[in-house]
Amino acid sequence: MTEHYLDNSATTRVFPEVAELMNRIYLEEYGNPSSMHHKGVEAENEIRKAKDTLSGILKCQPKNLVFTSCGSESDNFALIGCARANARSGRHLITTRIEHPAVLETMKYLESEGFEVTYLPVDEMGLVSAEEVADAVRDDTIIVSIMHTNNEIGAVEPIAEIGKAIKEKNPHTLFHVDAVQAFGKAEIIPKKMHIDLLAASGHKIHSPKGVGLLYIADGVKIHNIIFGGGQQGGLRSGTENVAGIAGMAMAAGMLYGNLQSDTDKLYAMKEHLVDRVTKLRDVHVNGPQGRDGAPNIISISIKGVRAEVLLHALEEKKVYVSSGSACASNRPHLSETLQAIGTGRDYMDSTIRVSTSVMNTMEDIDACADALREAVPMLRKYSRT
Amino acid sequence: MVYQSFLIKYAEIGIKGKNRYIFEDALVNQIKIAMKKCEGKFHVSRSYGRIFVDAEEDYDFDEAVNALQHVFGIVGICPMKVDPIVPYEELAKTAVEFFGEEYPDRNTTFKVHTRRLDKSYPMNSQEINNELGGVLLDAYPELKVDVHDPKITVNIEIREQIYMYTHVIPGPGGLPVGSAGKAMLLLSGGIDSPVSGWMMAKRGLKLDAVYYNAPPYTSERALQKVIDLAGLVSEYTGPIYLHNINFTEIQLYIYDKCPHDELTIIMRRYMMKIAEMIAKRTACGALITGESLGQVASQTMRSLECTNRVCELPVFRPLIGFDKEEIVTISKKIDTYDTSIQPYEDCCTIFVAKHPVTKPVLKVIERHEHNLDAGIEEMVQRAIETDEILVVDANGSRVFKNREDPLQPWD
Repeated sequence: MTEHYLDNSATTRVFPEVAELMNRIYLEEYGNPSSMHHKGVEAENEIRKAKDTLSGILKCQPKNLVFTSCGSESDNFALIGCARANARSGRHLITTRIEHPAVLETMKYLESEGFEVTYLPVDEMGLVSAEEVADAVRDDTIIVSIMHTNNEIGAVEPIAEIGKAIKEKNPHTLFHVDAVQAFGKAEIIPKKMHIDLLAASGHKIHSPKGVGLLYIADGVKIHNIIFGGGQQGGLRSGTENVAGIAGMAMAAGMLYGNLQSDTDKLYAMKEHLVDRVTKLRDVHVNGPQGRDGAPNIISISIKGVRAEVLLHALEEKKVYVSSGSACASNRPHLSETLQAIGTGRDYMDSTIRVSTSVMNTMEDIDACADALREAVPMLRKYSRT
Repeated sequence: MVYQSFLIKYAEIGIKGKNRYIFEDALVNQIKIAMKKCEGKFHVSRSYGRIFVDAEEDYDFDEAVNALQHVFGIVGICPMKVDPIVPYEELAKTAVEFFGEEYPDRNTTFKVHTRRLDKSYPMNSQEINNELGGVLLDAYPELKVDVHDPKITVNIEIREQIYMYTHVIPGPGGLPVGSAGKAMLLLSGGIDSPVSGWMMAKRGLKLDAVYYNAPPYTSERALQKVIDLAGLVSEYTGPIYLHNINFTEIQLYIYDKCPHDELTIIMRRYMMKIAEMIAKRTACGALITGESLGQVASQTMRSLECTNRVCELPVFRPLIGFDKEEIVTISKKIDTYDTSIQPYEDCCTIFVAKHPVTKPVLKVIERHEHNLDAGIEEMVQRAIETDEILVVDANGSRVFKNREDPLQPWD
């Protein structure tokens, strides 16, 4: 039975080209980029090349980029680092209720450190309005943190509009964007969108786990949160994950090279799946529909079926999806995002997320739809009484 | 190396009459297995109703004690100083030093207790007790003698060497694993069943276990959780053969054919039936469950009557009279609690009715079970055929028999 991996928002399969490149670095260019000798220079060059690729994509300078160990670290670094560095200008932060725990939990930590945080609500599509953000910005607001694409329902926030509105209200307020789900799938130009900080992750874009990226705009005051040998201009100590960094840059380059046609392909797959699943009764697709939502995330609520059981039933057909948000699904609790968009209780526990990538084909989508068509009536028949 | 040896105290097996040597051999054997996991070399021996664990090279004291505390049958572990036979004056000097090291705070009461097995030693036990008590009092004036209820007993044993100890570290008690035979534990992944397995192992049983999984209602992680629990219990019992039975078909069939409020009872009857069939095939003499009277609907007296009826083997329910709190306390002690509370669903709860029967009538249950007559025998047979056997010990698990492999006669 062929595998149909449709959980790409949890993590992705590494592109074979990326694995090859990394393998070469592990075996040949294994030097420490801080070493003075040739092996060090070789490794440093890989990082330089990676920065060139990535800064080309984000239309920024290489010096604006810092590599971290993951998306969560990038979010932590941006929020904690900037809150500490700017505490004298104010102690107020703004975010939304549907952020990833990497942001929400960091906000909670900052609250315990004496910062004040405003959590903005979203509408039933999971969207926050630029107007509401601007209304919440005060003289003492130091950071606004809003995700680009929601990981559970694929809502795409109006980032450029929000950025503009924030800066009009308070030009000193920093705008942080968690773009972990968007990087590699959407064009993001921080400068044009008034973004000061942007977090991305390697393993969501067909490069390895263990590498993340933080874009820091010129002039942003930030304290480092990891101390040590002073690598990366003293901003983030620790020997660089050379292979991971090179892999991430290569994968990003491949994705952004085909962005338009890939996006069309992903939307076609999404449309096809939505078409097929909505033929089943009592099925609801969450979040913005069609091209208003992310191309790669489809959140489906199926009444009368427990998502976890459905997930395992699909698994028997080698179709892999997730229930709720995969990052949080080992702690079964009601999803913040689904609550925030007003999902009814009988749908809350019944929501699966299908997330595609450029490595998927229509066959995967059909396999998923077939498996759902088979499993759903069966699971509805045997339910708790 | 302050302590060169451990004296192992065991209570119950000392009074088992003619069978005593069987228990002692089993205990020595279990201690040998336990000490193999520790750094350093140990020699385990038995003489005059005592078991000695002698360290033959450097070892990690905490690790060794911890290993011994996992051996059922041990009541006390006494770390001992061992010296060659020397004249009394020298013995007294050593005892004073040893006592000083063991008890920096000497504002306490004590007595000296000597056992002289080497009758050639010039002083007898009573003389040594008296003399040495005096010497210790002289050396540590804040000490007081209390021969009836001393806080500290300074034990001296004179054999081929002189052994000295003052501390007794409690062991787990019970009887050596395997000395009472082997039984089949119904392991669910909850808090109770690992505790009940541990308790019966403490009474000398070797454990096999059976787990019912019901994909897609239960996940691979639920199985992993059960493997982890078996691994934790195996630190006391040695390797456990875990039988992983696919129960989905039977469960759905019962759901289709029987009243929903009786689902759990009927399902449990089939779990017991299958467990017994495997138990008999694998030479287990009893079943063990984690049931506790009245804890849930399927554990009322009437429900237990219904589930009990399907098997011939004795069913041990060591937790029957325990409160949940008491069970939780033991599960924390044996370290299974944190694993047990991981939130993966087991197959007992997936179809549980809102209001299951609490006073099922056996005759009614049996009548409703006739609805299953058409297919259940074959399904039970199929379930047993799919038995996947895993050998689980503290280091993880390995597959002993794949689901697809044919069943072999057990030896």
